[in-house]
Amino acid sequence: MQFHHSSLPNGLQIVGESNPLARSVAVGFFVKTGSRDETPELAGVTHFLEHMIFKGTAKRDAFAVNRDFDAIGSHPNAYTSEENTVFHATCLPEYLPRVVEILTDILRPSLRPEDFETEKQVILEEIGMYYDQPSYTAYEAAKAAFFRGHPLAGSVLGTPETIKALKRDQMAEYFRRRYVANNITAVVAGNFRWEDLVREVSRYCEGWPKGECSREVRPCPGHPEVQVLSRESVVQEHSFLISPGPAAEDDLRYAAEVLSTVIGDDTGSRFYWALVDPGKVDVADMDYHGYEGTGAFYTYLSGDADEFADSLRIARGVLDQVQAEGITEEELTTAKSKISSRIVRGSEKPMGRMQALGYDWTYLKTYRTVDEELVAIERVSLADVRRLLDQYPLGQTTMVALGPLTRLDA
Amino acid sequence: MQQEIYHHPFDNGLTLVAEQMPHVRSAAFNFLIPAGCAYDPPDQLGLATVLTTLLTRGAGNRDSRQLSTALDNLGLDRDETVGVTHIRLWGATLARNLPSSLEIYADIVRRPHLPEEELEAAQALALQELHSLEDEPKQKALVALRRQHFPDPLGRDSRGTIEGIESLTPESIREHYQRCFQPHGLILSVAGNITWKPLVELVGRLFSDWHGEPLPPWTLGPQPPSRLHIEKDTHQTQIALAFPAVPVTHPRYYDALGMVNVLSGGMSARLFSEVREKHGLCYAIWATYQTFKDRAAVIAYAGTTNDRAQQTLDRTLAELRRLAEGIEEDEVARVQAGLKSTLIMSEESTSARAGSIASDWYYLGRVRSLDEIQKAIEGLTPKSILEYVRSHPLRDFTLVTLGPKPLQA
Repeated sequence: MQFHHSSLPNGLQIVGESNPLARSVAVGFFVKTGSRDETPELAGVTHFLEHMIFKGTAKRDAFAVNRDFDAIGSHPNAYTSEENTVFHATCLPEYLPRVVEILTDILRPSLRPEDFETEKQVILEEIGMYYDQPSYTAYEAAKAAFFRGHPLAGSVLGTPETIKALKRDQMAEYFRRRYVANNITAVVAGNFRWEDLVREVSRYCEGWPKGECSREVRPCPGHPEVQVLSRESVVQEHSFLISPGPAAEDDLRYAAEVLSTVIGDDTGSRFYWALVDPGKVDVADMDYHGYEGTGAFYTYLSGDADEFADSLRIARGVLDQVQAEGITEEELTTAKSKISSRIVRGSEKPMGRMQALGYDWTYLKTYRTVDEELVAIERVSLADVRRLLDQYPLGQTTMVALGPLTRLDA
Repeated sequence: MQQEIYHHPFDNGLTLVAEQMPHVRSAAFNFLIPAGCAYDPPDQLGLATVLTTLLTRGAGNRDSRQLSTALDNLGLDRDETVGVTHIRLWGATLARNLPSSLEIYADIVRRPHLPEEELEAAQALALQELHSLEDEPKQKALVALRRQHFPDPLGRDSRGTIEGIESLTPESIREHYQRCFQPHGLILSVAGNITWKPLVELVGRLFSDWHGEPLPPWTLGPQPPSRLHIEKDTHQTQIALAFPAVPVTHPRYYDALGMVNVLSGGMSARLFSEVREKHGLCYAIWATYQTFKDRAAVIAYAGTTNDRAQQTLDRTLAELRRLAEGIEEDEVARVQAGLKSTLIMSEESTSARAGSIASDWYYLGRVRSLDEIQKAIEGLTPKSILEYVRSHPLRDFTLVTLGPKPLQA
């Protein structure tokens, strides 16, 4: 395993971890732009743009892009979050130069008006698909309420209204501002030669412009409130509780990982024993999300509407008890072995390592080996968890429930 | 490709298959227990699911909590799923924790407590899973599609029925366990950083003194109707269709696989290109292959806004019919490239390999080497796939739609 880092004169960063034993290689271009960088009238433009990137360039139409990726058996994909747009692909080592050529080409898209209109329909279909999934609708509503007034409040997909109103030139302008070289990191993990990679990336990216590119970063303590969204056609009650957490770049994030595992992992957690084991709800989990400058704990419950008020009371009871008493030494040890095992297994695939590398570089401007990651988890103490709870109280929640209930007294 | 694959049949009918992967630190395992929901008595549908929930609630000398903590402390990620033919217990952790994990799984498989006092909770969970399906339109349509396409019990969904779940008693659970959990036909697969000899010895010590009677084969019910519309007030219409294909045991299997990949193997494949890229009719569209030992199907799916659903179905069917008109050289080359790289990358995943060697053993009674699969992939030609398509014309397909209005096909 060897780590490498380089940057081009225009500010584009290149990081890589080579592993000669890997069967494949994964490459990702991390563009530091997401829904939090959109103005309200542009809601959804980042994600829509991610789709348009695959619709072609001066030298390739959309079909050629797809054909060229498939011709070398690579597995390309992309995702857009609140903070990052990531274009990635895995391939066999011999095809890395070709994958880099295709990815760097599509990252300078034509944004042809006719493609823009066709893809707009696909985006509206994607929004429609999520609309029929109550858990997703509840998640979006809870996030909007918790982050109200903060850039993270917006929906990654946007709304049918903002998407319909969006013009091709607005997207082109957003692209021009955000896809500057100094806002992009190329990340590679797996079986590859560093010199070859740098040569290829430089060749295609050195002409990319740089530019002023900033983002509003501030913490968000959340807005404690309760919303009950009544939908007759939904069968189960779906609910999200969000409370504040440490930022992605905060050292407390390790304690946050441990805490959410203790409370809401799918096996052997506090929620499991209090809610799932007795059959009160069929899902009760907790995840920690670290963002730039802020963070949050997301609890998701889904279960029978009839018993839901009671289930919610139990969930809140779990949170209150952990807040008051902390977690036990045994829980700490168990959570660490779960997390460590997942880190090791996740890093066995180049794709898993590439994501970890990209995350560390984007948020922390640092490189950590798998073993350093394991040490960081191993070091978490009960005192760290206490410090975390004091700084980010679990009881300070924004709750949104969606389902057949019209009111919820909990 | 250098591979170390082992197998050992025990006298009691259990088979251990393993792949040694020295380049990783983890190991994954599967217990394929031939006790899937196909064996649920018709008036107790959901039985295998409830039994599986109870399996991990105490076993051997550990109660439910002790068992859970012991597995968690081994860093074991685990999952228990009920399929039509098998109950599958999957686990993955660091290779050094594999022996201790298997010791505990011997208790789970052979000495579960199946506590009576937890039956009600397990039933409540099963009922909620059934209700949750109502909030997942895509899953609901696909579940219904399998039920319409395959005769019972092959078309079953493991979630069962409300009546079936409610009818369960501690006795029915225990009887079912006694009847279905036995070593005949049970496959234990392990892949990862393992050493074969100590593994065989361990599994022998844990399982070789277990005996039982194999289950009688199930009898197939009549072919269900091929059209179903589920009326639901949704934003999108779900379109799910299925048509017969040769199973993995058939000599033309790779041609069937090639056909599915021409339709849906990558982003340049026909369904995605024609229906989504060209016409923007949907976000999600794909086709996949599902096999049993004696039959298989291609399953295709699209979800789209109600007023464009008919158009989406028409275009999808047109693509399926167009297959017989011809297949291009470069399409097959792309299919081959995609299958080959997926195959090679599977060597980076202990879970993927543990899954593959278990299903190979079940369907074929042997494990295919990666070289063998790669040769078969390289042997695909436009002619071979086309021959297959023409000898299996798209006549009888099953169509399930879910949304406000039925569609015409």
